[in-house]
Amino acid sequence: MPVKTESIGRAYPPVEYEVGKEKIGEYARAVGEESAVYFDRDAAKEAGFRDVVAPPMFAVVYSWGAVALPALDPDVDLNFAMLVHGGQEFTWGEPVCSGDTISTAASVKDIHEKGGMGFYVFETVSTNQDGDEVARGLWTNIVRGVS
Amino acid sequence: MNVDLKVTPDKYLPHRYAGASGDFNPIHIDREFATQVGLPSTILHGLWSMAQVARACVDAAGGDPRSLRRLSVQFRGMGFPEQEIAVTGSVKEERDGVVVIAAEAEQGGNKIIKNAEAELSPQ
Repeated sequence: MPVKTESIGRAYPPVEYEVGKEKIGEYARAVGEESAVYFDRDAAKEAGFRDVVAPPMFAVVYSWGAVALPALDPDVDLNFAMLVHGGQEFTWGEPVCSGDTISTAASVKDIHEKGGMGFYVFETVSTNQDGDEVARGLWTNIVRGVS
Repeated sequence: MNVDLKVTPDKYLPHRYAGASGDFNPIHIDREFATQVGLPSTILHGLWSMAQVARACVDAAGGDPRSLRRLSVQFRGMGFPEQEIAVTGSVKEERDGVVVIAAEAEQGGNKIIKNAEAELSPQ
């Protein structure tokens, strides 16, 4: 079945995520981070952060709800049974700290077919409560056997 | 500046990462399900492996998370729990105070992350 391309360019409503100190700690421990700035408020402040700071890849946590919208859109029609995560890119801006509210908007950047595989590229743009961009993500999903 | 990190995810790591990240895809946490869909066993989350590349780059830049400006990766082979992963990388170019690193992650001879490129601005 060929890929459906009518959703290219579609934008989805932003999804909010409230960042908590214990969630940052849980994530940091799971990925093996040991620096005190991810766990200890005083250490983070001493290093110049507003509060306990999130490791950069915590972007996947606050973006998750937003990127689910294109992934589950019937017009995008992702075949989860044949899906692999092909690539990922993040560009970071202002650090994300405990107490922040992050708003993430996802869109369909591209859908194309190459060599019998479907490439689905979603973009997420995340901003904090002050309107500063904190992260921009490009999520490339590959579906095998589309044509 | 050299990127060099070794890490061995334990048997239950994918469960903890699933809880921490919200990604409960059963291929990462249910051995029976994973083998039913043709995998040799449960596999690591690609984004966990990417986080190891991110951590290795931040460490190489001196440990400040603000130094990591951009990271892009390609996921290739599957990663498995209980086997050592080596993240390696080196400087590709330097321009205007930004260090561009080329990196990869390898496990048991298989590249699980390929063509990783990081931009670091050491703080």
